[in-house]
Amino acid sequence: MRYAETGYNLEIDLSKGSIEKVETNPKDMEQYLGGNGINAKLLFERVPPGVDPWSPDNLLIFGNGLLNGTSVPGANRVSVDTIAPLNGLMGHSLMGGFFGAEMKMAGYDRIVLSGKAPDLVYIAIRNDKVEIRDASHLRGKGMYDTACTIRKELNDERAWVAAIGPAGENRVMMSSIDCGNSSAARTVGPVMGSKNVKAIAIRGTKDVNLAHPAELWELTSKLRKQLDANPNVGDWMAVDEDDSFHHNNFSWGNARTRLKNFWSASLEERWRNLKYDHMSRQSGCWNCPKACHNVIQWPGRRRFSYKCYGKDTYHMASFQELDFTYEILGIAQDLGLDSYSTPQTVAFALELLDAGILTEKDFPGMPSDIRGRFYYLIHKIAFREDIGDVLAHGISGAAAIIGKGAEKYDHNTVKKFEQLPIKLGKLNPAYYLMIATGEDMAITQIEGSFPQDPIADPELREEFIRNWTACPDDKFKEWFRQWEKRDQLPDDAMCAISDWNECMHYLDDSLGFCGFVSSFRGQFGGTTGYDVWNMPKVVTHATGVEFDKDRIWECFMRNRTLVRALNSRAGLRRYMERPPEDHWAVRNEEYEQQLLTKYYDFKGWTFDGIPTKETLEKLNLDYVAEDLIKRGVLTGDEVTALNDARARKEKE
Amino acid sequence: MDDKLLKKRIIKNIKVDTKKCAGCRACEMACSAFHAVPKYSSVNSGRSRIMVLIDEVRDMFVPIRAGEYTEAECNGRNTYIIDGKEYNECTFCPASCPSRDAFRDPDSGLPLKCDMCEDDPPVEKPMCVEACTFGALTYEEREVWEEVESAKHGEMEIGLKAMIKKHGLKKVMDTVARVSKS
Repeated sequence: MRYAETGYNLEIDLSKGSIEKVETNPKDMEQYLGGNGINAKLLFERVPPGVDPWSPDNLLIFGNGLLNGTSVPGANRVSVDTIAPLNGLMGHSLMGGFFGAEMKMAGYDRIVLSGKAPDLVYIAIRNDKVEIRDASHLRGKGMYDTACTIRKELNDERAWVAAIGPAGENRVMMSSIDCGNSSAARTVGPVMGSKNVKAIAIRGTKDVNLAHPAELWELTSKLRKQLDANPNVGDWMAVDEDDSFHHNNFSWGNARTRLKNFWSASLEERWRNLKYDHMSRQSGCWNCPKACHNVIQWPGRRRFSYKCYGKDTYHMASFQELDFTYEILGIAQDLGLDSYSTPQTVAFALELLDAGILTEKDFPGMPSDIRGRFYYLIHKIAFREDIGDVLAHGISGAAAIIGKGAEKYDHNTVKKFEQLPIKLGKLNPAYYLMIATGEDMAITQIEGSFPQDPIADPELREEFIRNWTACPDDKFKEWFRQWEKRDQLPDDAMCAISDWNECMHYLDDSLGFCGFVSSFRGQFGGTTGYDVWNMPKVVTHATGVEFDKDRIWECFMRNRTLVRALNSRAGLRRYMERPPEDHWAVRNEEYEQQLLTKYYDFKGWTFDGIPTKETLEKLNLDYVAEDLIKRGVLTGDEVTALNDARARKEKE
Repeated sequence: MDDKLLKKRIIKNIKVDTKKCAGCRACEMACSAFHAVPKYSSVNSGRSRIMVLIDEVRDMFVPIRAGEYTEAECNGRNTYIIDGKEYNECTFCPASCPSRDAFRDPDSGLPLKCDMCEDDPPVEKPMCVEACTFGALTYEEREVWEEVESAKHGEMEIGLKAMIKKHGLKKVMDTVARVSKS
């Protein structure tokens, strides 16, 4: 018997219409855990370089975190992965809620979609009964109507429906896959659209087996209470109405303008009332004691929900206030547009209009007020009409099509993905490394364990260190003890800090943990829900396979290195690893490049950022090394970055 | 003159505050784990004796606990219209019945009924309540004193007199003595 995982993948080839339940190798769990790790392995093995991401040969994988659907609180993230049409690298997104738990209980660890359906379909899964059904009547429908119609057709109010809206059907880069209050974006939506899959409805009633029942129950009962009581975990924006952090520090419009004194007590009071006057409740995800979704009922609108920074993106892109986000967000979500990249793309288009690169002719019938313009443009984008057809490529893609200097306005993307609109003064070396090299394409998916700022008061600093339960190694405590200025720590510390931050996200994504109970929350208070000490215990009792800190850390390194190898094979090279040029006002190219070399070396990668043969083999990724050598990506004789002649030259 | 016999009974109650429910389904998880054999060895919402009805757009979050099994469908049904949405006549029903598959063991088809997590030694409160960190489910025990058979004292006398008349006092007394020993 398999524990925590089901041992089966659901393979659906949409071109052939074939449905297969495929038994998986239990050794894969021991090596890669689950989620993004096993997804990366499948992508590496089955989508060779050169496959057009839009083609039927690309895969779209919904991979359960190993612990989803178990008694482990806060584990519910599904890694939705594909080869991203935006840049040809691995596209990775996370969906919380209930889809993963339902998939587990239906008997599957992951759903692997390949091929392309001849016409629009939806997939209905009830345990072993899997059907590909016609969805032509759902074409153009929003998320909510799609889910309701499918539930009715299946006569099952408890089926969870993950769907794309019109934006996904029209292959808009900023489109998302939504399931209830949860959503996956970062180019998985358009790939689902390209496969002609409108939705997947799922419901399961099978056992998810656990290896050490009594021990796991005792541990998870304790963890549930701890998560509940710990103010450092969960989304602080759900409970704290002081959002001066984003509004005063992040940039408005097309990631351009900082309004350093925007926030005020009276504004906070006004927004607090706006929220609580319209909030129906806060809701949560499968088996999590935190309720991070704010469910809002706005007059004349359907109820919708948001969490975290999703509260700010629309009104900050348009220089409006919270009421505008409340007005537009439900509509944008129903169209299937992601609230992270879409508002920036709209602001980018309006900036091009101001600059004269686009003209009024490109926006026929557009209202003159800013709010009207946002409504106009999100609809144009979702349905790919007029300029919306161009903007649907995302900022980088649209800039390239528009030309005429539009590329200069594409100033806030990394590897073509839109980034958080942060523009700061002084370079922060750890953040430089994380933004440059992160392959989850967003800083929020890599930062979060080591505190962002030093603590000035030596006594408070010592107290923090004493209570720092999440700290994986005493060296971090030493560095923190010496740390006085944000940008001043030894280079090896910057490398190790970036690595630990990344480690936590990779473990979360393979185990199914939400960043809010784990990777993203260690930086505040030092005691997060899950860390490298208690994660192995939970995994051991759930799976019956003995894990400790070192073994689980090795799983992180394996998964991280595999993702890097997949992307190296697809063409990712050193020159692409650059934070936005204006991310910091003061830059030091020489220092940055030297630091990058050190980080590559720390990771066991070459000067070009490719894992060496030796690094791959140490992590049991021999098949990856062989493939890279066969394809000429590696010769097999490479040394790690610092031993490269170019690094020595850099030093001189 | 009738003697009144009073007997203490504990009524176990789970109070549901739907406003506090976050829809996390930890109650389903905990119920299914507790009733798994061996205990806590699996999780399966389909085996849970509590299920949360979730409709976010209607702001409907209702945990429903499995009640009595019924052999037949209802003679008449209720359709609820709440906040403008019409709910299926079975939506809020706690019964396991032939008309649907809710509250049935997914493998055997046998009805599932909440047993308040009766256990030896007894648990402090049912597992769904224990797992509900939002306070949507709270457990309370209420003592009630119920009259037992007291009003029937007179009726018993009439019956006994008839028995004595038929069988004689001694035989009836011997029988009462024997029955009371067994």
